[in-house]
Amino acid sequence: MLEAVDLSCARSGKTILSQVNFELRSGEVLAVLGTNGAGKSTLLGTLAGELSASAGQVRLAGRPLAQWPVGELATRLAVLPQASSLAFGFTAEEVVAMSRMPHDTGLLTDRRVVSEAMRAADVTHLAGRSYLKLSGGERQRVHLARVMAQIWETPGACLIMDEPTASLDLAHQQLILEQAQRIAAGGGAVLVVLHDLNLAARYAHRILLLDRGEVVALGTPWDVLQAERIGEVFAVAVQVTRHPAQDSPLIII
Amino acid sequence: MDAARRLRLMVMVLLAALLVLAVLLSLALGAVTIPLGDTVLVLVSLILPMEHAVEAQLIVEQIRLPRTLMGMLVGATLALTGAAMQGLFRNPLADPGLIGVSSGAALGVALILVLGGPWLAMMPDALLPYATVLGAFIGGALTTWLVYRLGQSVQGTSVANMLLAGIAIAAVSGAFIGLLSYLADDAMLRTLVFWNMGSLGGASFERVGMLALCCALVWWRLPRQAKALNALLLGESEARHLGIEVERVKRELVLLTALGVGACVAAAGLIGFVGLVVPHLVRLMVGANHRYVLPASMLLGAGLLLVADVAARLVVAPAELPLGILTALLGAPFFLALLLRAQRNGGV
Repeated sequence: MLEAVDLSCARSGKTILSQVNFELRSGEVLAVLGTNGAGKSTLLGTLAGELSASAGQVRLAGRPLAQWPVGELATRLAVLPQASSLAFGFTAEEVVAMSRMPHDTGLLTDRRVVSEAMRAADVTHLAGRSYLKLSGGERQRVHLARVMAQIWETPGACLIMDEPTASLDLAHQQLILEQAQRIAAGGGAVLVVLHDLNLAARYAHRILLLDRGEVVALGTPWDVLQAERIGEVFAVAVQVTRHPAQDSPLIII
Repeated sequence: MDAARRLRLMVMVLLAALLVLAVLLSLALGAVTIPLGDTVLVLVSLILPMEHAVEAQLIVEQIRLPRTLMGMLVGATLALTGAAMQGLFRNPLADPGLIGVSSGAALGVALILVLGGPWLAMMPDALLPYATVLGAFIGGALTTWLVYRLGQSVQGTSVANMLLAGIAIAAVSGAFIGLLSYLADDAMLRTLVFWNMGSLGGASFERVGMLALCCALVWWRLPRQAKALNALLLGESEARHLGIEVERVKRELVLLTALGVGACVAAAGLIGFVGLVVPHLVRLMVGANHRYVLPASMLLGAGLLLVADVAARLVVAPAELPLGILTALLGAPFFLALLLRAQRNGGV
C-alpha cells in the first residue's frame, strides 16, 4: 500500500538513508526499530512526504506521493508526530475534531467518529478540558485520537506513528498498539517507530530493522529479533526466548 | 457541547451590543456633548428622509460619523489581522505593532509621501489615500515575510526571534522615517508626526472609502481561512497532513494581514496593541477556535477602539490625546503581564 522504492535521502551532503525498499501492506502493523541516528525519523519524514528523497520514491496505492492532491492524501495517510507545538487553548475535543477537515462526511458522522475515536484513545473524559492543561501523555493520546479519527472507517488508509509510546504509561502503551492492530484488522496499515523491542515483538506483524541508513532485516518478529543480530545492531548482549503466554519472542537484556 | 455553544452565542450578542453602545457614545461625546436621543435622530434621518432640526446635525454627520466609521473599520481590522497573525506565527503574543509590521507599513507611507511628492501632486485628491495605502501594503507585506522568516523554528515561532526581528525592523523604519523628516517640508512633517502617533482625527469620507474597500477584502477572505488557521496551530507538517495547502495559505495570510494593517496605518497611523489585546480577551471568552475568535475579535476590536477614541477625546478636552499613545499606555502593561505569565509557564 505504502511503498518505498530505492529510497535514498541525504541531508547537507551526508547520506542518511540509502536504497531502502519495502512495502507497508494493508492489514499489517510494521514496527521500525533501530538505534539513535539510524535514520528512523528521516525514513518517517520521507514516507510522510515532509522530506524529499534524494533518489527513489514513495508510492501510496501505486501512485507517487507527490502526485496526490494534498486534500485527498489526507484522507488516506495520517501521521502522529512525536511531539506537537500547539500553544493555544483548544479543548481536547476541538483538537480531535480537526481531523475531520479533509472529509466532507457531514456534521453527524464527524461527531460520531470524533467521539468513537476519543473513546478508543481513552480521552473521552478530557473532552472539555483545555489542551494546555493536559499532561504529556494525555496530549499524546489526544493526538492519537485525532489521527485515528482522520482515517476512521477508511479501508486502505495508512497511519504513521513516530515513537508514540514515549510519554505513555504501560497501560496506554498497550492501548496505542492495540489500536494499531485494530486499524490493521480493519484493512488499514500502520507503520510505527518503537524503541521497546518487546513491544514490537508482541504487537507488530513485521519488523523493519534499520542500521546506519540501511535495512538490515525485514520480516516477522521471530525472523528479525535474533540475539546475535540485536547484539550487532544495538551493541548489547541479549537473550531471546519465547514469551510464556503467547507466541512471540521475548528479549531479555 | 450545547452549553458551550449557548455561551458563545451569548458572548457574540454581548459584543454586538457593546459595539452599538460604543458607536452611539462615539457619535454623542466629544468637545460638544450631544444628547443620545438627538444622536439617534440624526442617524435615523440619514436613512429616512425626515424634517428634523437637530442643532448638532452637522457635527454628527460631517465630523463624528466618518470618525466613528473609521474607528470601527480600524479596530475590527487590527483585531482580525492580529488574531490571524497569531495563528500564522503559532504564537499568541504576535501583534502587528510589536513585530514591526506596522512600522514597515508606516515607512512605506512615509516613502510615498515624501519621495512621491511630484507624482502625488499630479494625482487627484480622491486617489491620494490609495497611493499611501499601496506604500503601506508593500511595506507591511515585506516586513511580515521577513519577520516570519527570521522567527521561524521547528517548534513554531520563537518569541525572542520574532520580537528581536520586530525591534530591528522598527528601528530601521524609525531611522528612515527620521531621515525622511529631514527631507520633508513643514506640512509633510506634521503628517509624519501624526502618523507616528496614531489618531482617528484625520477621518474623512474619502479615507473611510479607501479603508472600507481594503477592509472588505480582508474581512471577506480572512475568516475563510479559520479552519486552515486552526490546523496551522498544530504545526506546519500537521496542517499539511490534514490536507491544508500550507504554502498557499501562508502566502494569503501574509498578504491579507499586510493589506489590513497597511490600510489601517495609512488611514489612522500607528495604533498598537489592539491586535494583541483583543484576540487574547476573545480567547478567554470563546476558546481558541478561529471560527469564533475571528468574528468575535472584529466585534470587540471595533467596540474597544471606539471607546478608546472617546476616552482620547475626553481626557484632555478640548484638546485630544493621540489614540496610538492611549492604546500603548493601556496595551503595553497588558503585554508585559502576558509575557511574565508565559515565562512562568515555561515559555511560549
